[in-house]
Amino acid sequence: MADTYDGPILEIDRLSISFFTRLREIPAVMDFSVAVQPGEAVGLVGESGCGKSTVALGVMQDLGKNGRIVGGSIKFKGRDLGAMSADELRQIRGSEIAMIYQEPMASLNPAMKIGRQLMEVPMIHRGSSEKEAYDRALQVVTDVKLPDPKRILDSYPHQLSGGQQQRIVIAMALMAEPSLLILDEPTTALDVTVEAAVVELVKDLGKKYGTSMLFISHNLGLVLETCDRLCVMYSGEAVERGSIADVFDEMQHPYTQALFRSIPLPGADKNARPLRAIPGNFPLPHERPQGCNFGPRCDYFEAGRCDVGDIPMAQVPGNDRHATRCVKFQEIDWKAPMALEATKEKGEPGKVVLRMDNLKKYYEVAANALFGSSGETKVVKANETLSFEARESETLAIVGESGCGKSTFAKVLMGLETATEGEILLDNKPIQSTAIEDRDTKTISDIQMVFQNPFDTLNPSMTVGRQIMRALEIFGIGDSEDARRKRMLELLDLVKLPRAFADRMPRQLSGGQKQRVGIARAFAGDARIVVADEPVSALDVSVQAAVTDLLMEIQREHKTTLLFISHDLSIVRYLSDRVMVMYLGHVVELGTTDQVFAPPYHPYTEALLSAVPIADTSVEKTHIVLEGDIPSAMNPPSGCPFQTRCRWKDRVPGGLCESEVPAQKTLADGHQIKCHLSDAVLAEMDAVIKVAAE
Amino acid sequence: MGLFILRRVWVMLLTALCLTFIVFFLTNLYPNLEKLAKSEGNFRMTDEQVDSWLSNRGYTDNVFSKYGQWLGVLPGYVIEGSDGETRARCAIPGEPVEDAATFCGVLQGNWGSSTVFKVPVLDKVGESLALTGKLMFWVLVVMVPSALLLGVLAGMREGSATDRSLSTIAITTTATPEYVSGVILIAVFASSTAGLQWFKATAASAMEDANFENFFLPVLTIALYGMGYIARMTRASMAEVMTAQYIRTARLKGVSFGNIVMKHALRNALIAPFTVIMLQFPWLLNGVVIVETLFNYKGFGWTLVQAAGNNDIELLLGVSVVSVFVVLITQLISDIGYVYLNPRISVS
Repeated sequence: MADTYDGPILEIDRLSISFFTRLREIPAVMDFSVAVQPGEAVGLVGESGCGKSTVALGVMQDLGKNGRIVGGSIKFKGRDLGAMSADELRQIRGSEIAMIYQEPMASLNPAMKIGRQLMEVPMIHRGSSEKEAYDRALQVVTDVKLPDPKRILDSYPHQLSGGQQQRIVIAMALMAEPSLLILDEPTTALDVTVEAAVVELVKDLGKKYGTSMLFISHNLGLVLETCDRLCVMYSGEAVERGSIADVFDEMQHPYTQALFRSIPLPGADKNARPLRAIPGNFPLPHERPQGCNFGPRCDYFEAGRCDVGDIPMAQVPGNDRHATRCVKFQEIDWKAPMALEATKEKGEPGKVVLRMDNLKKYYEVAANALFGSSGETKVVKANETLSFEARESETLAIVGESGCGKSTFAKVLMGLETATEGEILLDNKPIQSTAIEDRDTKTISDIQMVFQNPFDTLNPSMTVGRQIMRALEIFGIGDSEDARRKRMLELLDLVKLPRAFADRMPRQLSGGQKQRVGIARAFAGDARIVVADEPVSALDVSVQAAVTDLLMEIQREHKTTLLFISHDLSIVRYLSDRVMVMYLGHVVELGTTDQVFAPPYHPYTEALLSAVPIADTSVEKTHIVLEGDIPSAMNPPSGCPFQTRCRWKDRVPGGLCESEVPAQKTLADGHQIKCHLSDAVLAEMDAVIKVAAE
Repeated sequence: MGLFILRRVWVMLLTALCLTFIVFFLTNLYPNLEKLAKSEGNFRMTDEQVDSWLSNRGYTDNVFSKYGQWLGVLPGYVIEGSDGETRARCAIPGEPVEDAATFCGVLQGNWGSSTVFKVPVLDKVGESLALTGKLMFWVLVVMVPSALLLGVLAGMREGSATDRSLSTIAITTTATPEYVSGVILIAVFASSTAGLQWFKATAASAMEDANFENFFLPVLTIALYGMGYIARMTRASMAEVMTAQYIRTARLKGVSFGNIVMKHALRNALIAPFTVIMLQFPWLLNGVVIVETLFNYKGFGWTLVQAAGNNDIELLLGVSVVSVFVVLITQLISDIGYVYLNPRISVS
């Protein structure tokens, strides 16, 4: 196609999209404008429900039955997409504009071979023959760096790992070399090291094909790494728009500022410099306030100015295409340091309450699930010789990617599974082989858990108060209904929920509020050890800060031992005292937070640190991309579990890494790593994250 | 795959053994035997006479030994009766008892003889199975494609006018029992009431020579009833698939609507209805009693009712053995077909 058009690839002008329900019209996007120039990557950032995905679907003209564009226009290469016929749209979709989705597994057809799904694109749009389409598919699959492309084309989606699936989705989008690529949270479902590799791939391919990108994400760090410009959205509106440098370093909207202050950047500290959560809740689409949508949660709110009339986007003088939707942006002193919250006393770790000694958990799986026990069995080593201790009022973070055995460990500790070998000592009492049904009430109420997904862990047909009282009943607390009700209300106070919430149903609560109920339930029996399994990863950033803060505060008061399971190293760095890094069932590194986050590292920790996107322009990171996927626990590599992806492997003489599992060795006081590298080599390591001197 | 089928066949045999034993036990309860003795012997027999009649013919043995004999794994009884006559299970009428075979059970092909029809059970079962098989075949030919078409058309655009009207049809047909729809169909198409005497109201002649005129009404009656059910299942499955993310992927890839339905949605949408279709077999085998009676078609269901109603123990057992195997075999086919439809399930 001879392309003589040289304007912006995508131009969205004052777009408004509404969804129509029986009750009312719900505006999802209002007065939204953005332009994507050729070859440019524009980030769209905001919390869930802010309308960023709606914008993407609006561009694709795929809003479903209820959605409609009620104002403004979307122009693609100068042509109004809204005025196109279904046929014209179909020609553009897939060939000119392609989309990459959040969940790769769900967006591939489970009953169709990968090759077929890829070949379809050129066959529809270019009328290619099957042979040409196959060759093209083979080439693109090679481009997205998948091993053994022929085999991949001949497999079904479920036979690939999550990272490979996402590469296929990317390959599918690139099949017709589109001019615009829309990426809707493309890495949210992936592990950090895989995420880093996928992001790098998208960046490289964008350069190679000269594709413009619209990158939708809630992760500011990721946007910093991938985009040239960004647009921050709040409650259906763009609130700030500009180049990465302008928005990150000279933000001009209170919401952008609040967002940055609520994410744990290097330098934040739970005691000295705590995070600041954004007060209040996200307004529901039909309950938006007058004037500025962010008004009720804004520190700079001024009655009479911020809550009247519609607030237009205003250009920020001096910067290139930098605009903000704030009436007061020229009056606010943006450089003023964050008002320090009262700094908090650091809790002193007390006596050891929990000790793991050589804990092992193996699963026997039938090699063939359908034939039951008659087939040969395989042993999955989910946990391999775990030894550590946790003290009173200490936060121990357990870090690792999916399949590293962190959830298995939590299950064994909780008594949902019993240990294969080794000991778990709670107050010097072994509990490793007592299943939860056989544990006494005291032990059960002592060890409690806060779960990852607050949406699924509350019974949807029981009021919040009743659920907490049920936990109290089980723990044998309070001798009458009244006593338990009183205690339940106290617990609601503890997690800072209004007492009126006791009579609400879980569906009436927001995600953050549900997680608070989960925390209240965990603390119902005065738990001494709380296992928090990714407690904030399902929540929005502004809510994350509030929930972590709450956990910290309860811990300080109750001297709780917190085992914080997470894959998010930023938050781990912010709140934990000690960190344990796990890989394929092995503890590869264990030490205090400072020890783990500074060199010398275990090579896996090093890669993990490098993979985490950090939303700070002053941070420089060493660039390490791990090749391949995490090996399956069913079939672990010989020797050191990390040897297949380790970049330091050639520094160990004699192929030791492939033949022997390294022994635990102690570097400094309490800092242990499992690695064959000699002390001299370890000393050579540079810090991965460097904050540029100001 | 081979191993999988082997295992399934093994499980199938075990199930068949258990199920036939249960049927055997229930049909051989004493009241049934007493009735049998009276109907076969003499209605005015005293209790003692009944007892000796039964014990002379091996009916008073314990149930396991009787089951073993019936199955053909234990030697058939040879009893010198209280009346001085020697009887053997395996004796052929008219030939001396001494020449009788040792084993004679189901495994040897000796299924006993029907007391109602006065023919060997095997012949009767085979004959009626063939008749019902013919009926089943045509029902499936009519029912499955129309049900799938109805379901897919309704489900591909959920909530549309097509969906609503097709769903109404499906619900109506499945909510109308066969004895209602059958009578209506006869009244409309085969009687002088409506004047349309297009078809025959009896399918008796179809047993010999089935044609459109004498066979269409029974086939339609059964197909209508089953069709609504399968169509509803297909519609639900199709509607769910059409909202799946990979359908959106296909749409945003520029695939046309027709191709989305045919290439992307259909195979995924057929997984659930396939199981339901295979579950129709047992129903077709025995559940067609009403239609077979209504149209005077002497098939399997009709035979079952005759056997049960007349205390024809041997025939009843024969019918249940066949039913058990038909059910188990269709379920095996269903499982294998499922593997082919759904690549996520693997057996090898």
